[in-house]
Amino acid sequence: MQRTTMDLWVGLFVVMGIAALMILSLKVGNLNVYNPSQSYVISGNFENIGGLKVRAPVKSAGVVVGRVTDIQFSTQTYDAVVTMNMDSRYLFPKDTFASILTSGLLGEQYIGLAAGGDEAMLKDGDKIMKTNSAMVLEELIGRFLFNKAAEDDSK
Amino acid sequence: MPKRIVAGIRNIGHRVIDGVWRLGVASRFFLLVLFKSGTSLRRFNLVIRELYFTGVLSLIIIVVSGLFVGMVLGLQGYETLQKYGSESAVGTLVALSLVRELGPVVAALLFASRAGSAITAEIGLMKATEQLSAMSMMAVDPVARVVAPRFWSGVISMPLLAAIFSVMGVFGGYLVTVVFIGVDEGTFWSQMQDAVDFRFDIMNGFIKSCYFGVAVTAIAVFEGYDAPPTAEGVSGATTRTVVTSSLAILGLDFILTAFMFRGVS
Repeated sequence: MQRTTMDLWVGLFVVMGIAALMILSLKVGNLNVYNPSQSYVISGNFENIGGLKVRAPVKSAGVVVGRVTDIQFSTQTYDAVVTMNMDSRYLFPKDTFASILTSGLLGEQYIGLAAGGDEAMLKDGDKIMKTNSAMVLEELIGRFLFNKAAEDDSK
Repeated sequence: MPKRIVAGIRNIGHRVIDGVWRLGVASRFFLLVLFKSGTSLRRFNLVIRELYFTGVLSLIIIVVSGLFVGMVLGLQGYETLQKYGSESAVGTLVALSLVRELGPVVAALLFASRAGSAITAEIGLMKATEQLSAMSMMAVDPVARVVAPRFWSGVISMPLLAAIFSVMGVFGGYLVTVVFIGVDEGTFWSQMQDAVDFRFDIMNGFIKSCYFGVAVTAIAVFEGYDAPPTAEGVSGATTRTVVTSSLAILGLDFILTAFMFRGVS
């Protein structure tokens, strides 16, 4: 085989391989959505995190603005401390409300942020004060039955 | 009766010592190849020539198998997920299973049987026809001139082939579920992009395929260089290459997966 043709084929092969890696990271993965190099860390205490997992997205208005990096149990307050890595493009007021939500009926759980009205913004290492824990199905049904019983009594 | 037991135990010991000795020889040979690969990296034309044989000529089997594996994954995943009404997650299923596991592993298995066996047979036959001895007589080091370029070509082409396999698989899954069955295109891609993480999934798959590339080509060049210089010896070495490297791939895959994905879901 001629040298030049062989070089051409090998070059094509390498370009194809690198293009495949690019496609994997840009089209299949989410490299373009979230750049972890510029980020700040905030945390929040939740009474119950339900099925929240490390690497779950943090969303505000449905847009991914960060990711959960760590979940610990605190023996001081007896609740869960969730650490989040936030994209530094998005700053949130100090009185932002964080709640654990579920995408779809069987979907994964994520943290939803609802911005407050405070002038001061959350900085690296800050703590979110207002949190809302995950919906637990049993508690939900229990509350529903309780309300139902109360309604029947009042009749 | 005790004599027979002693003989049996001795037999076990003999096998173990043989195995350890062979492993030691293989490791020393691997270090020798690394040590002498300076020439092949300086004269990169040698590696390019081997890249053509190991990489370019493996493309067809990788592309076709990737496409079909992805199509089958799409079909099977759709059949199962549809029962739970979550057929939109089929993109996630196809992409995650390909990027994390099937891409690196199946591509490496195909690579071992397509390119690894060829490397072994070539080096073994060169040894049997005394080409390697002729080289060393002309003061050309056969390890630097013949073995190292083949080793590096395998190490370079394996991750690229695995990436191509994964992309073709995702395309096959797309073809079956979106084009033929009619899953919504937007949800297919967006759910996939939501679930596949660059560092966690894609980089780990890439690292896996690098390990497999080193393992497969190291086994292939060693078996070829170590083959008895007869027709029977070369055929045995070729078989051993495929068997050993397939087992090495699967074993390594388990260890790497245990390290990479332990405790995180």
